[in-house]
Amino acid sequence: MMQFMLLFSRQGKLRLQKWFVAHTDKVKKKITRELVTLVLGRKPKMCSFLEWKDLKVVYKRYASLYFCCAIEPEDNELLTLEIIHRYVELLDKYFGSVCELDIIFNFEKAYFMLDEFLLGGEVQETSKKNVLKAIAAQDLLQEENDEPKSILEEMGFTVSS
Amino acid sequence: MRGLAVFISDIRNCKSKEAEIKRINKELANIRSKFKGDKTLDGYQKKKYVCKLLFIFLLGHDIDFGHMEAVNLLSSNKYTEKQIGYLFISVLISASSDLMKLVIQCIRNDLVSRNPIHITLALQCVANIGSREMAESLSIDIPSLLVSGDTIDSVKQSAALTLLRLLRTAPELQMGEWTSRIIHLLNDQHMGVVTSAASLIEALVKKNPEEYKGCVSLAVSRLSRIVTSSYTDLQDYTYYFVPAPWLSVKLLRLLQNYPPPEDPSVRTRLTECLETILNKAQEPPKSKKVQHSNAKNAVLFEAINLIIHMDSDPNLLVRACNQLGQFLQHKETNLRYLALESMCLLATSEFSHEAVKKHQDTVITALKTERDVSVRQRAVDLLYAMCDRTNAEEIVGEMLEYLETADYSIREEMVLKVAILAEKYAVDYTWYVDVILNLIRIAGDYVSEEVWYRVIQIVINRDDVQGYAAKTVFEALQAPACHENMVKVGGYILGEFGNLIAGDPRSSPIVQFQLLHSKYHLCSPSTRGLLLSTYIKFINLFPEIKPQIQEILGSKNNMRNPDVELQQRSIEYLQLSSKATADVLATVLEEMPPFPERESSILAKLKKKKPSSVAETAIETTKEHKAMPAAQINSDGQPTLQISSPSSAGSADLLGLDIGGMSAPVDSSSSGGGGQSASDLLVDILGGPVPGGIGGGVGVGTTNGLDSSGLTVGAEENFLKFITKLNGVLYENDLLQIGVKAEYRQNLGRVGLFYGNKTSFQFTQFTTSISCPGQLSTQINVTEKPVDTVMEGGAQVQQMYNIECISEFTEAPILNISFISSGSNQKLHLKLPVSINRFMEATEMNADSFFTRWKALSQPEQECQKIFKATSSQDTELTKAKILGFGSSVLEGIDPNPDNFVSAGVIHTRNQQTGVLIRLEPNKQVEMYRLTVRSTKGSVAQTICEFLETQF
Repeated sequence: MMQFMLLFSRQGKLRLQKWFVAHTDKVKKKITRELVTLVLGRKPKMCSFLEWKDLKVVYKRYASLYFCCAIEPEDNELLTLEIIHRYVELLDKYFGSVCELDIIFNFEKAYFMLDEFLLGGEVQETSKKNVLKAIAAQDLLQEENDEPKSILEEMGFTVSS
Repeated sequence: MRGLAVFISDIRNCKSKEAEIKRINKELANIRSKFKGDKTLDGYQKKKYVCKLLFIFLLGHDIDFGHMEAVNLLSSNKYTEKQIGYLFISVLISASSDLMKLVIQCIRNDLVSRNPIHITLALQCVANIGSREMAESLSIDIPSLLVSGDTIDSVKQSAALTLLRLLRTAPELQMGEWTSRIIHLLNDQHMGVVTSAASLIEALVKKNPEEYKGCVSLAVSRLSRIVTSSYTDLQDYTYYFVPAPWLSVKLLRLLQNYPPPEDPSVRTRLTECLETILNKAQEPPKSKKVQHSNAKNAVLFEAINLIIHMDSDPNLLVRACNQLGQFLQHKETNLRYLALESMCLLATSEFSHEAVKKHQDTVITALKTERDVSVRQRAVDLLYAMCDRTNAEEIVGEMLEYLETADYSIREEMVLKVAILAEKYAVDYTWYVDVILNLIRIAGDYVSEEVWYRVIQIVINRDDVQGYAAKTVFEALQAPACHENMVKVGGYILGEFGNLIAGDPRSSPIVQFQLLHSKYHLCSPSTRGLLLSTYIKFINLFPEIKPQIQEILGSKNNMRNPDVELQQRSIEYLQLSSKATADVLATVLEEMPPFPERESSILAKLKKKKPSSVAETAIETTKEHKAMPAAQINSDGQPTLQISSPSSAGSADLLGLDIGGMSAPVDSSSSGGGGQSASDLLVDILGGPVPGGIGGGVGVGTTNGLDSSGLTVGAEENFLKFITKLNGVLYENDLLQIGVKAEYRQNLGRVGLFYGNKTSFQFTQFTTSISCPGQLSTQINVTEKPVDTVMEGGAQVQQMYNIECISEFTEAPILNISFISSGSNQKLHLKLPVSINRFMEATEMNADSFFTRWKALSQPEQECQKIFKATSSQDTELTKAKILGFGSSVLEGIDPNPDNFVSAGVIHTRNQQTGVLIRLEPNKQVEMYRLTVRSTKGSVAQTICEFLETQF
């Protein structure tokens, strides 16, 4: 079972965090700090797997973003690399060649996508088509709901930020 | 949400951290005023603000409001509002929040809404939070969604994994009636459903393998269909030309919970699957993309794990080994890493051990040339695992050589491994001594106490190596800069066996002494203390250098040393050397007797350091036992420790207790206080040669007296429950249950504690220790077997305590437990259920002899009487049972009043037996008791009386 997944930039800024086990905020911050330092300190050609406490850490870099997962000792490292890759593919397909900015501005979408793909730390749906279909269905509902709102907003009837 | 996008841009445009914080505070103030304002916000606005809060939280700031607004969003009928509400709750609300009841109510509403997208949102939220409260309130709704015929596939998928999450939180959830329908999800047409269900089924199987046995054949046939399909068959479930890699891996893992299938047809089919997977590894890749090879090899490695798990088919094992051998030289670092890791497991199988050994040279090259330390670490692990008597010298040599330049991060572990291998496979113990001294020379800082204790134990226990050891340490000490650990070993060994090399003028007594003393001033106080003991031993070995040594002992620097221990040793040793006769000196400072044989403490240390390798080493050791029983030290018939009390010897055998481990090497009656736990090697090594009055020697921690207020709540009550029974539950909370099972013979006892992890998560750093408050440490001996520091979720672990009663006692030993569960530190202080009555044997006697004895104990101090109110039923049978459970007899027909109870017993301590007579007189009218206890020892009568008083 995957314990958590972290996305962070080369500068060490956390972009997304998904925890499949309960920790306090303090512990989460500590773990994040430790792992970001650990992973950023590694050289390019090194192994993608690390032993870390009682867990295994699997990470991979895509452009400016690091994807880093912590899995349990009996979990499969290579397949975890491919979980990361499949998630990147999903983001890429949805945003159209995804970049860090897409994830910053649409962080909620990135979460929704992850919830369709992984649940409770286990792979739920590996078919790219099925995940994207589910997200498209959500977007359809969003457009229906939001349309009148945006017009009002354009007209300055609501107070924004 | 335009407002959100604007806000995010603002944050990104902030030039400094301060500007960012300012902008955030402004936004927080704005949102707060909106939430508090009179104007009711519509759903869209709430959603937007909640989303902003979420963003601020994810930037790393604390959010202390907005939770209520988020919960409001849950009951919105607009999907996106609901969705943001759930996201906020999943990320930000803790399971213990007051709002959780409301949240669960909203979740339940959505679960029964019959709207699949709402159901899915609710399920995802449960899976994300997975609190105990949720498990309790939704334990019916979710399983029924999973097995209902009306549920659409995607909801089934979420339900399966949500249920899995709840099972991890609340392992006691029962699936009873759904078992067979859940198993049959493996046959579902929808691959996504099977993928999700496979994880759930694995968790259920772990809980109850027998009930879910039916899944084996279904999993095998599903796996078989996947591996034989062409990559086009499974459409979107094919990943880079690999058919359903995730499902394959899950199925292969599921099968690792069972032994090889019994049904021959299933077994053949499984073997075919595994062969197909191995064959595919040899086929040319269908794509050059790394995703293709990763997915394919992920399945392959999992198949190899299953082959290793079944450990029954030599053909498959050897094929697996050859496959991994190819990976050892692969250009992908990841594959080399994994191959080294998997080979460690293969090395422990008797079928493939030899095949693994063929790759020894490659592994040694990896150790020397890999650029990534984590890969080198794996190479060390594999060398350790593949080591046996035939290659030990070479492997140990290579590891020693590598140690000179090894990364700091892995040195300590390597030192432990080298030390273990050298001991385990030593044919010639001079080689062993050389290896350990080399270890100290090369990596002295990383040589832990366990390592140098162990070399001393072995040298003491083997007289064939003592002369060589003395000569070698003497030479090693010649080096101008030698490590303090070398001085310790040198000091100890020369103090014992310096006489064996004293004939050589180059290492005459005075030369030995001067050599050691030249290091004295550079050493820490604990080492100096050890050297002082060496000096006093020299006085016994070499009377001719007594004046020189006395001069040092009497020097100002030592006599007035600010370190109390050094001062005391100098003064007492000086006195001893000047007052005692040669005979007394020779007795007190006699050569150490052999140490009792026990598990290497280095192994325990390695386990502690690397819990993940425990299983592996455990297999190792058992295998080693089978193959080469001669590897153990002491196997050459060396005498084990003499047991001081002859009466306990017989019963020691009966119980198989390791009481040898408890006696101090010097006559135990003369050694001073200090904790004598056998696990504390310092006592054995350093406390031994120190004569009486000096206390426990250097570095022995004094046992902290824990007062009753330092105990975990309920500890006292639970302890009292065990006064009249042997087995039961000692302690229980949400995380942990501790059961007790005990047996006693005369003055020896064996108490088994069963720790049950009630959560579904691992406990880490699980450690236990015993402390004996006050005088107790001299009254009983408690030895424990260490437990693994990692305890898997749902696991039960047993720990044995051996107890010896030296003299009568009143207090109970304190059991200290600490561990980490889900990141939080847990500490328990309980009373170990050991009381003096446990060492009592019931005695039968007739009225005459009872009264004769009763009258003989008529001194006031030999009697203790208490009159007290009954706190439980005064039923005769119940009372009888309690007295028997207490450990004494129930003597019928002795007391003229048939309502009274008369009882007798003998308490066994190491050197003494103490009789106890008991009379209990119930008065049922007023619900009172009068209890009278007489004993040859007044203190015993008092203790027994006090214990019994709590029971009726």
